[in-house]
Amino acid sequence: MKITLTLNRKRRTVDVSPLERLLDTLRGALGLTGTKEGCGEGECGACTVLLDGKPVNSCLVPTAQCSGAAITTIEGLAPRGKLHKLQRAFLECGGAQCGICTPGMILAASALPDRPTREQIRTGLAGNLCRCTGYEKIYDAVGVALGTKK
Amino acid sequence: MMRASPFSYFAPITIGEVAKILAGEGPRALLLAGGTDLIPNMKRRTQTPAVLVSLRRVAELRGLANGRIGSAMTLSSIAESPHLSPHRALIRAAAQVATPHIRNAATLGGNLCLDTRCNYYNQNYEWRQAIDFCMKRASDGGGHPVRNEDGVCWVAPGSPRCWAVSSSDTAPALIALGATVTLVSIAGRRELPLNDLYCDDGIAYLTKPSDELLTEVVLPDATGWRSTYWKLRRREAFDFPVLSVAAAVKLASDGTVLDARLVLGAVASHPLLIAEAQELVGMPLSDDAIERLAAAAARFAKPLDNTDFALGWRKRVARAYVTGALRELRGDDPATLGLLARRATALRPLS
Ligand SMILES: Cc1cc2nc3c(=O)[nH]c(=O)nc-3n(C[C@H](O)[C@H](O)[C@H](O)COP(=O)(O)OP(=O)(O)OC[C@H]3O[C@@H](n4cnc5c(N)ncnc54)[C@H](O)[C@@H]3O)c2cc1C
Ligand code: SF4
Ligand code: FES
Ligand code: FES
Repeated sequence: MKITLTLNRKRRTVDVSPLERLLDTLRGALGLTGTKEGCGEGECGACTVLLDGKPVNSCLVPTAQCSGAAITTIEGLAPRGKLHKLQRAFLECGGAQCGICTPGMILAASALPDRPTREQIRTGLAGNLCRCTGYEKIYDAVGVALGTKK
Repeated sequence: MMRASPFSYFAPITIGEVAKILAGEGPRALLLAGGTDLIPNMKRRTQTPAVLVSLRRVAELRGLANGRIGSAMTLSSIAESPHLSPHRALIRAAAQVATPHIRNAATLGGNLCLDTRCNYYNQNYEWRQAIDFCMKRASDGGGHPVRNEDGVCWVAPGSPRCWAVSSSDTAPALIALGATVTLVSIAGRRELPLNDLYCDDGIAYLTKPSDELLTEVVLPDATGWRSTYWKLRRREAFDFPVLSVAAAVKLASDGTVLDARLVLGAVASHPLLIAEAQELVGMPLSDDAIERLAAAAARFAKPLDNTDFALGWRKRVARAYVTGALRELRGDDPATLGLLARRATALRPLS
């Protein structure tokens, strides 16, 4: 079936089988491999994208459900190669090690309000697992980027 | 990767169209709301529908006004809704389902119709095959699980029934709040107290036939009521409930209880409404009255060994959580309640 959606502010049409996961359409037909697969079951958040501005797990969303929707992937945060403030902060604060969780972390963080409290950061990222950093540097990076008071 | 056999997908726009498709396709069809339960289940082949009917385009299911909540409202929009703040148990329950990302996709209707869970069932196909499956089994090409006459219940071998656990967070909260639900099929619409939607059976856990869709949840006026929801789970960040307590009381100005409801979640195949809560009526919420009800509730909570944590410990926590929830409704200091919760869960066994 043909599905038209807006991907990183551009309209795109893809031909998918009804149960194809958004994650596979993004990485396959649409050629954007910034979105990662960890568990494929909604547990880890590596596959996080924004669907109409809200973080969702692209491994649980059939592409067919996205007809008419706006999707933002990590590639959409840094158009023309200029890093987003969250990306810069992750670099500066050591918020990324192996990097598998990073695109999902950054997209989830991009949906937080300005100047979030540490608690809001922790809850907002509760669906994103990281096996490397121990989280503290990730929370630091998000705080720096979004203007959280020390 | 998900693989599906020849398969149909419908994306109707009105409730009427949904009802027609469900009637025409019969039990091969399943509704797809947020998909956050159904998609993982289809991947593990515990649900194997041949037809999916997406609710995403049905705008009629997304209203929220005057205590009526459309079934396709997402859990995050419910948790954040200022209109619903008088119904605190619901807000607290919705806010604790899964992760923020899942709550952005997951719907209230899907949470209320969530399949029951069991350690021997929520596993992939090969895992279940290795234990010769059990009494609960996916039907061939059908959406709803069926009874496998050759299968044993691995939790209670010799038992004639399946004990899979009702694991919805919002169901106990909404029952405590006195909610009703509206169900629609081509035969018409009917309203049902939410508690009557559930059966005490891990396989056929809903009383409604498969051609009915849940269109809305209706909450009664909350004036004079206070409510709360306590949830026990392994990881505080996110997890299915291992035990939950939803409590609501209506208090007179002098603190006398005018009405009360108590519901336990995740201890049976359905949300467990504790009738003894009515014994609070006519008295103040004294320590004694609370202790009596907590002890009675813990007797009814018969957790089985098919979710998480040791049984005896879960039963003890049930008693403590009922006490804590009722003390919270009485207005006790949050610091003492926090201490109570920490004490209750301090000696957590490792398995
Ligand atoms: C990692 C993870 C953690 C989770 N943690 C929790 C948790 O802590 N607590 C919890 O309660 N759940 C949890 N869930 C399960 C699930 O995410 C939620 O229960 C969610 O609310 C399901 O809603 P949905 O809209 O995604 O339902 P779907 O998956 O779309 O549907 C679920 C079932 O309900 C039926 N259905 C959907 N809408 C209707 C309707 N309107 N009328 C009739 N039938 C309908 C579907 O046919 C299907 O059988 C978790 C899931 C994952 C993957
Ligand atoms: S309770 Fe028994 S029959 Fe039901 S899913 Fe678990 S093992 Fe199977
Ligand atoms: S890959 Fe989607 S949540 Fe893990
Ligand atoms: S940086 Fe490796 S998983 Fe987070």
